[in-house]
Amino acid sequence: MLTRTEKERLELMQGSLDLLILRTLIFGPHHGQAIAHAIQDSSGKELLVEHGALYPALQRLEERGWIAAEWGTSSNNRRARFYELTRGGRAQLVRATEKWKRFSAAMARVLDAKEG
Amino acid sequence: MFPNWFRRKRSSADFEAEIEAHLQLEADALAEQGIAGEQARTAAHRAFGNPARAKERFWESTHWVGLDSFWRDVRYATRCLRKTPGFTLTAIITLAVAIAANAVVFGALNAVILRPLDVPQPQSLYALQPRLNDTSLHMSYPDYLDFLRRNRSFQGLAAFNLTEAGVNSGTQAAEVWLTEVTGNYFDVLGIHPLLGRLLHASDEHGVNGVPGVVLSYAYWHSRFRNDPGVIGRTLLLDRHPFTIIGVTPRGFRGTIMFFRSQLFVPLLDAPQFEGVNQFQARAKPWLFFGAMGHLKPGVSRAAAVADLNAIGAELNKSYPREESPYSFSLKRPSLYGDFLGRPVRAFLGALMLLAALILLAACANLGSLFAARASDRAREVAMRLALGAGRLRVMRQLFTEALLVALAGGGIGLGCSVMLLQLLSRWRPLPQFPINLPVSPDAHVYEMALGLAILSGILFAAAPIRKVLRTEPYAVVKAGVGETRRAASKIRQTLLALQIAICALLITASLVAVRGLARTVHGHFGIAPQNAMLVTTDLTMAGYPPAAMPAMQKRMLAAVHAMPGVQAVGLTDWVPLGNEGWKDEPVFRDSAADRRTSQEAADATVLKISPGYLRAAGTALLAGRDLAWSDDAGAARVALVNQKFARQLFGSTAAAMGQHYRLQDGTRIEVAGVVENGKYNSLTETQEPAMFLPLLQWPSTSSVMVVRSARNPQALVRALKQRLRQLDPGLPSLVQTWNQAMSGPLFASRIAASALGLLGFMGAILSLTGIFGLAASAVGKRRRELGIRMALGALPRQLLRAALGPVLRLLAIGSTAGLVLGILAARVLGAVVYKATPRDPLVMAGVVAAMALIGSVAMWVPARRALEIRPAALLRED
Repeated sequence: MLTRTEKERLELMQGSLDLLILRTLIFGPHHGQAIAHAIQDSSGKELLVEHGALYPALQRLEERGWIAAEWGTSSNNRRARFYELTRGGRAQLVRATEKWKRFSAAMARVLDAKEG
Repeated sequence: MFPNWFRRKRSSADFEAEIEAHLQLEADALAEQGIAGEQARTAAHRAFGNPARAKERFWESTHWVGLDSFWRDVRYATRCLRKTPGFTLTAIITLAVAIAANAVVFGALNAVILRPLDVPQPQSLYALQPRLNDTSLHMSYPDYLDFLRRNRSFQGLAAFNLTEAGVNSGTQAAEVWLTEVTGNYFDVLGIHPLLGRLLHASDEHGVNGVPGVVLSYAYWHSRFRNDPGVIGRTLLLDRHPFTIIGVTPRGFRGTIMFFRSQLFVPLLDAPQFEGVNQFQARAKPWLFFGAMGHLKPGVSRAAAVADLNAIGAELNKSYPREESPYSFSLKRPSLYGDFLGRPVRAFLGALMLLAALILLAACANLGSLFAARASDRAREVAMRLALGAGRLRVMRQLFTEALLVALAGGGIGLGCSVMLLQLLSRWRPLPQFPINLPVSPDAHVYEMALGLAILSGILFAAAPIRKVLRTEPYAVVKAGVGETRRAASKIRQTLLALQIAICALLITASLVAVRGLARTVHGHFGIAPQNAMLVTTDLTMAGYPPAAMPAMQKRMLAAVHAMPGVQAVGLTDWVPLGNEGWKDEPVFRDSAADRRTSQEAADATVLKISPGYLRAAGTALLAGRDLAWSDDAGAARVALVNQKFARQLFGSTAAAMGQHYRLQDGTRIEVAGVVENGKYNSLTETQEPAMFLPLLQWPSTSSVMVVRSARNPQALVRALKQRLRQLDPGLPSLVQTWNQAMSGPLFASRIAASALGLLGFMGAILSLTGIFGLAASAVGKRRRELGIRMALGALPRQLLRAALGPVLRLLAIGSTAGLVLGILAARVLGAVVYKATPRDPLVMAGVVAAMALIGSVAMWVPARRALEIRPAALLRED
């Protein structure tokens, strides 16, 4: 029984992480470390991204063709792998954002109702 | 939505580099916030979490069904197999035996029957087999010419004859086999010279007209060391000079599979070697290989046969006295028509069937071994399933193990078979003849062996699959290994009982054959081969004209008789039970007026002997007198006959003395004495009537000197050779003990004994592994029950009876069935091996002992495992 819930929670996390990554990349190419910090900063440090989980997620998105990657040079002259949103990625971002908004609105409604 | 199939997979090195870059960037960022170098790195690591976990997840996402997991399977399988060396070794040996048996038999089949002759367009080349009831290809020369000229179906017809000749080079004389060929032989076959030129039809210029000889590649290679300068040189054949005109290409060795032709001479020169000119004799089918040729395009076999039969009918009409009716069939030349073709095909077919049975038995054994292993490992399998391994994954694992065993067993089996086949190719079964079995393995053999190995691997791995598919991890872990289904194990038991029976049958048969062989060597067949030497000389080869032969033969006898230690010496034209063909002739009663063969009183074996032969050969004279030197061409014709002859013609030995009988040509012969019966051609023949004619009255070109002496054979051989060289340095001679010369008649028994022995050995190994597999699984499955019995105080003997009783019963039933079958099959064996009978206490005891040995070796380990069960440990385990 335990295994099952863990698995579900993991998937939920993955879904939201994917969305956050796509959203961050809308402002242009970023490397992994910058993406992590961008998410942290723009969420008002509410969301803490585990760096180790970020890269498999990036890999997954890349395999689905939503982002494309290329090695380049960072602002402080380090080699880094830069990610960029593809057309498919933009479409996915729209779809996922829509879904997420509906989901969170519904969640909020339910939670509010319970409180009231 | 779709994964990108065609993009190159990202390497894990690239992924690692990215992680490294991240850690660097993070450390840089932290350093900017004022954290010192080493601390920044540690903090970056901490924020990252476990990099190994990330890498693992990356690896899983990219390597879903990659090659890596295959290698992991192989490594894991190797580890598992190494953990159970007993099982692994048993499985590999079982399969190796089966694959070796199949590869050897298939190699022989492939070489002898499937592979065509090494001549252009072998598929349209046919040999003419003239008669239905006679499977040989013999034909007379006038008949050959008639068929050659009158037929409208063949592009050409070639014939040849085989004969032995002496090759002289200076001081050395050696014997060689000549292929006497018609002029068109090479053109009919489409063979082109490697060197010089070959014979053509235009070369035929009458009898003894063209003294040209063509060398085979092998002869040129061994005798002249590939010297291209041999063309034009002279070779002395039976002291007649022949000019070397060419060499045949390397692959060509004549058109008979087993016989390696050495030299080719024109057929028209045959009288120089045979001593007689038989080119006009229509009634004498002396051509060894009557005729062969390529069918004309568009002519069917049936049409060709009709054409030939029509010519045959015309010949019958024109020459009613000489010709007997023809009924042609077209055969492959490579196995000398049906004469060799039929028995060889039957023999190889039977062997292939046996080999297939062996493979089947091996697969059954391996299946039960793997099933036993699977039930031993049910716990492991259940554990792996419980931990989340897919059933597919577990099955793939089992298949990998099976394939590894299959490849190892197949490889070893193939290696053994290649060695065996090469040994067979080099083997010269009868040293007097250039005969061998060209069975070197080729690609077909390798493909077949590996294919069979992999196929059987898949087969026996499939056996435990259902078990794996049905494994309920929860149930197994909770309750231990369950019972197997009854039906499957019944089939396995029946198969094993059958195998044991076959094994016992083979062991019985091989023991019978060996006993028969032993009896043969010590038997008495009207001759005493012990302490007797045979000196084979051919005076024709040394160039003696027929008139000079008796004098020379007398000189040779006198010279050898004078040698120290020689007790008796005599001449005969051929040796009973030697390798040369025997001769027989129809004989008639004195009063018979009609002397056609159908009216014969007996068909008597004929030996032409000198005085002294009887003593030298050890043949006892029962009545009358021995032949004397005075029984020469001028004296009355006399003969000695054997008891069978005396009884058949005259009623008894006593009645035969002084009586007369006639040969087909009317010659009247007086019986001067009666000798004991004997065997003449083969050990298993029924008693033949025989007559012994004086060599001086019936001169023969070939003669064998029988020398009786108690001297050391090797020293005697040297002394004899030296003595003959003193008499005539150009006389080729072959000196051997009579026992050596008997290899021909013993050949069949020897082959039978060794083939049966080999098969018996294979059968024993298979039974061994089969019994082992069954006993091991019986013990493995019932460990819990045995443990309880032990805990309740069962004695070791009772425990063993409980564990292995059923297996023992199987062994007893199988062995008894095999022994009974062996007794029933004794008649078959009796045809091959002299006095073969399994109703021999030694044979019976041998079979029982062998089966008991097999049983105890096979059950030793399982029995020990049963006795080593510790109830307490068992309780903890389950």
